[in-house]
Amino acid sequence: MYPHINHQTDKPILDVREVSVRYNGRVALEDIKFHLHIGERIAVVGPNGAGKSTLFKVVSGVLQPNVGEVTISGSQPTVHSCIAYIPQRSQVDWNFPVSVADVVMMGRSAKLGLLNWPKKRDWDFVNHALETVEIGNLSKRQISQLSGGQQQRMFIARALAQEAELMLMDEPLTGLDTPAQEGLLNLLDTLREQKVTVMVATHDLEQAAKHFDRIMLLNKKIVAFGNAAEVLHSDNLLHAYGGRFRTVEGKDGLVTVDDSCCDEGEHDHVH
Amino acid sequence: MFINWLMEPLQYEFMQRGMIAAVLVGIVCAVIGTYVVLRGMAFFGDALAHTILPGIAIGYLITGGARDTLFWWALGTAVIASLGIGAISKQAEIKEDTAIGIIFAGMFALGIALISTVRSYAVDLSHFLFGDVLGVSTQSLWLIIVFGAIVLLTIAAFYKEFLTLSFDPILAATLRMPVNLLNNLLLSLIAVTVAVSLQTVGVALMVAMLVTPAATASLLTQRLPKMMMLSAFFAALSGVIGLYLSYYLSIASGAAIVLTATVFFLFAFLWKRMKSV
Repeated sequence: MYPHINHQTDKPILDVREVSVRYNGRVALEDIKFHLHIGERIAVVGPNGAGKSTLFKVVSGVLQPNVGEVTISGSQPTVHSCIAYIPQRSQVDWNFPVSVADVVMMGRSAKLGLLNWPKKRDWDFVNHALETVEIGNLSKRQISQLSGGQQQRMFIARALAQEAELMLMDEPLTGLDTPAQEGLLNLLDTLREQKVTVMVATHDLEQAAKHFDRIMLLNKKIVAFGNAAEVLHSDNLLHAYGGRFRTVEGKDGLVTVDDSCCDEGEHDHVH
Repeated sequence: MFINWLMEPLQYEFMQRGMIAAVLVGIVCAVIGTYVVLRGMAFFGDALAHTILPGIAIGYLITGGARDTLFWWALGTAVIASLGIGAISKQAEIKEDTAIGIIFAGMFALGIALISTVRSYAVDLSHFLFGDVLGVSTQSLWLIIVFGAIVLLTIAAFYKEFLTLSFDPILAATLRMPVNLLNNLLLSLIAVTVAVSLQTVGVALMVAMLVTPAATASLLTQRLPKMMMLSAFFAALSGVIGLYLSYYLSIASGAAIVLTATVFFLFAFLWKRMKSV
């Protein structure tokens, strides 16, 4: 329980090799290969059912791929406790009887180890993480009393308390108003200063183009992976989204997509 | 006057033992019950309690009606049944609650069938179904103390693991907690609790001890440790008040305890409603 393993610094923080996943015979991911370097910030875009959540589950070691292999700094994900999966807000039970600080302390569990209770040092760590995401004043609140943006910040604080080096964020921007989105994107800069590698699943291609080093266009396979100019042109998007999108030619020649998918199925409910 | 009213039942040793048993069982059920409530396992708890009846019946038939060994039969059946139900919930052919429903009713029927092979079975059957806290022997009391303590200490030892697993199983997995092992441990603890509670409230009313005090507490606090303490408080108080009601009104002890707990829940529910208006 709670393994601690040294990272091989000469290896990529994340290396995905020929990974395929099938659920009940249906292909969820096929022949995925890419690697990330420390401190990179990647947006993963694609239609509903493209396999974004599945990819995150494989990367975090929660799901074993049918084919292929994932390594984190040279070893299996399942021996690392440095990968944080930040859930979609719609998948969280917000009425659970815990405070903001309680949730962030959960991230400390692996560092605490079995049978150990949090000490002052750990609470300091938690408070510091909450200060970093600028919600230090909310630590005693019950979690349902937070706004959407604050809820997202709480989970990032939890990942910081976990001392995560790779953060996987599932649709963190969905359902947030523009100021909250901006605040969250600024927070990603803070994470980069701390050398945290970040993968963000998002529906918003414009933000993906503006705020991320590279964009992965996913539809079961990697359709394209590179900077915005390489990835976001209409051939690729047509390939990934089929006919379900409307393209808008931007002033810099980039194509943006008005993806209708956020309004159906996978969207967020805030409880 | 009031003191006399309170002291009168306690001159009987069976009332003293019953009172201690009701309070201890209430506390153990209430603490593990917080997880039953938070994880939406009320139906599981109800099913588990009913499923152990055939095990008790076999013990009853083999030992010729001896009560003190029944705990072990109940414990063994409960652990097997809880892990079995846990495994069933992972299969995909039939929906989980349907599968549990089929097995629990089938096992319950088997238990009744087995017990009914004995002539004059009605009294014993009703004790298994509805409890007989006033018949708790000193030996049974010790079993309740020891196994109740094991349940409470295990919950305390794995507090942060059970909390994390219940709130966010994916976090538990990425922190590399042994998720399956912890889930099975929790199921086993619920099973031990069911065996411990058998004599107090019986299989038919057991689910009330698991969920009612915890649900009452959930209306009054938003922190888990406080919820556990309040839940234990209401359960213990329900045990004491229920036994006095049972003594003075001559009603069945298990039913009296459960009714008291239900009244506490209704008060908490109304209080919460009035506060939010």
